[in-house]
Amino acid sequence: MVVNQKGIGTGKVPIIALAGIGVSFGAVKALSDIELAIMPGECVGVVGHNGAGKSTLVNVINGRLSPTTGDASYDGGDSKADFRNSLRARNAGIRSVFQELSLCPNLTVLENLRIPYRKMPWRNWRGNAALAVRASLDAIFPGNGIDPYRVVGDLSIAERQMVEIAIAFSGRDIDARLVILDEPTSSLDGAIADQLLDYIGRFCAKGGAIIFISHMLGEIFKVASRLVVMKDGRILANDDAENFTRDSLVDAMGHVVPDAADVAAARKHKEFGPEVLRMENGLTARKGEIVGLAGLAGHGQAEALAQCFLERSSDWRATREPAVVFVAGDRGRDGVMPLWSIMRNLSLQTLVEFSRRFLVDCKGEKALAQQWHHKIGIKTDNLESSILSLSGGNQQKVLFSRALASIAPIVVMDDPMRGVDVGTKKEVYRMIRDEAEKGRTFLWYSTETDEILECDRVFVFRDSAIAAELTGDDITEENMLRASFEMQEAAP
Amino acid sequence: MNRDHLRILLPVLSLAILLAAVFYLQPRAMSYFGLNLLFNLAVPVALATIAQMMILMVNDIDLSIGTFVSFCACVTATFVQSDPVIGYAILLAAILVYAGMGAVIHARGLPAIVVTLGMSFFWSGLAILILPSPGGAAPDWLRAMMKAKPPFLPVAIIAPILIGLIMHYFVKRSSLGVLLRGVGGNAQAIERSGWSVLGLKAIAYGIAGLFGVLAGMALVGLTTSADANIALRYTLLSIAGVILGGGEFTGGRVSPIGAVIGALTLTLAASFLSFLHLSSDWQIGAQGAILILVLAVRLVFTRREALA
Repeated sequence: MVVNQKGIGTGKVPIIALAGIGVSFGAVKALSDIELAIMPGECVGVVGHNGAGKSTLVNVINGRLSPTTGDASYDGGDSKADFRNSLRARNAGIRSVFQELSLCPNLTVLENLRIPYRKMPWRNWRGNAALAVRASLDAIFPGNGIDPYRVVGDLSIAERQMVEIAIAFSGRDIDARLVILDEPTSSLDGAIADQLLDYIGRFCAKGGAIIFISHMLGEIFKVASRLVVMKDGRILANDDAENFTRDSLVDAMGHVVPDAADVAAARKHKEFGPEVLRMENGLTARKGEIVGLAGLAGHGQAEALAQCFLERSSDWRATREPAVVFVAGDRGRDGVMPLWSIMRNLSLQTLVEFSRRFLVDCKGEKALAQQWHHKIGIKTDNLESSILSLSGGNQQKVLFSRALASIAPIVVMDDPMRGVDVGTKKEVYRMIRDEAEKGRTFLWYSTETDEILECDRVFVFRDSAIAAELTGDDITEENMLRASFEMQEAAP
Repeated sequence: MNRDHLRILLPVLSLAILLAAVFYLQPRAMSYFGLNLLFNLAVPVALATIAQMMILMVNDIDLSIGTFVSFCACVTATFVQSDPVIGYAILLAAILVYAGMGAVIHARGLPAIVVTLGMSFFWSGLAILILPSPGGAAPDWLRAMMKAKPPFLPVAIIAPILIGLIMHYFVKRSSLGVLLRGVGGNAQAIERSGWSVLGLKAIAYGIAGLFGVLAGMALVGLTTSADANIALRYTLLSIAGVILGGGEFTGGRVSPIGAVIGALTLTLAASFLSFLHLSSDWQIGAQGAILILVLAVRLVFTRREALA
């Protein structure tokens, strides 16, 4: 765990310097004009809401993504942005711990060290790897009791996360100089997380650097010497941690969307029917209400939706009166039937509802498709052509029609606007409002703030539980950010 | 004692029980000669099972191993015997085709089950071209090796032990083996660390090809002649052997020693049913029943594990 001499001696050379970095995926700009330099001995906290560009930034730094524009310079070296950046990052001692666990569950703890350790000497490698993992685990998490010979699949989630962190800090041929930790404490309990924060302090004191991404503001303030606030792919603030307070940090992360006023106006004159849905975790919905599920991605919203949907639909037989329909966000995985025509895709949900006999009612199916073709404006001349001939936004419209054509009183939507253009979004928002007026209930998980602002009531999720329930004028971006990020935790 | 050790216990137990039953029915099998007879056909099955294991280890499945072994047997009984240089060149090329198949499957994101099913017709066609009717002859050295009578233990026992141990050291202990199993466990993590999953898959497939070749050669050494359909059963036997030996279809959880034991168990099950004087019409069904029984027991174990 000793940081190599180069790191200590040259405290003035940044481990990584990004200049004018921009990354775009097609028309989408994920990052623009990023200026960031990380010096040895620093711990940089990175905060930002969903889609702020945190993960993209991490991938640029560790070299897995080549920036479209700008320069990345490792260790003061020459700055060419090309495919060899990941090698440069490795040679500069940059290592990452990713948000979703990236260990191989079928291997033992020590064998997992082999995977990131490229040039491992092969003589007695198992013994050496066991010693290295053991040493690293003991240094970071004293008293952990994890045996390096155990299979990772047998460990608890917290133990796996500890192993992953320990492997990132373990001694190898090139010592760790910059370790990127993306939500490293998400599965650790308080005491263990404190051990990690203490270790980060010691690591930085010895000349190492850390990039720390977390939704726990308490932890960030405890450990970071500098804070970077991101929004919409830009760095909005980059300053010493002392110059921020929790409130100023939340303020920096977001500003209220300008056209929220008319939405709020629309929201006021509404009355809802009786409660139609109540779940164990406290999620409730009334007739005619649009209920939003907000919070940082991956904090249990999708699971809550799935539970709500499966509880009400898992039956041996399809019924003519479904209680709930589903609009998929991940079209490829659980929405589109790629080999079918547009019409077939559209009528899938309602085949049983409309067909009175054993066979499919072809005329009814065609009429239904025609009706929705006009109603929602699917851009095609021929409903018989393949669904894949449509653009992403129009495919999503087909999926919306599929669900809305049903008479089901509850519509569950799993971030359905992913990769949909603004025009389509506006149309769909209007249609959702109209349907809600008619008495349908919508459960809407979205990672985008302006969509959540369309809702009548919002549940903010954090760590797979509901952290806050917002209604009426309380539905603001600021309140959502407050609830998504841990605020209550006491500072040291 | 971790999960891997528990996994190997069941195949060992099922082999022991089956062996005890065979010895009870036919005590004369408990001899050097008897053991050799019981197990000598297990050697090529064990080699083919190891080949299948290499493929299952990287989350794919190989439906062409049976026809591939037949093809290799035909090449061995003809070219290797008459023109060794051409013969070995063909076998080497076949191994390279296997490695290339792994690379193509990964690079193009094709389902292995479809590609290998297609390849099975390719190998079958080649085998028929080479040897349209049963025949050929085993190279002398090969026949001598397979029919050798070393002291104390017959070849049929020594060979599986050697195969199991060598592959155990390669797959479970070597650092390349760890990477190969990692591809099955979490290919994304491997890719992120900068390894070439394409190259690793090609290696896994290439080794599978090598073991397919060895299986074909061993088979010819035993039978002294070949036939284009000689090893068709091996496709299913090898999959069953890997699973019986504690392996799984996905997740890179395989055990080479278990796979060899699985192959031995399947071969022994056939002998056991013959000793029961069961008509051969029923034998395949009974073999399937034994397989289902063992897997059911394993399921009970893994459920317990999951609950504990």
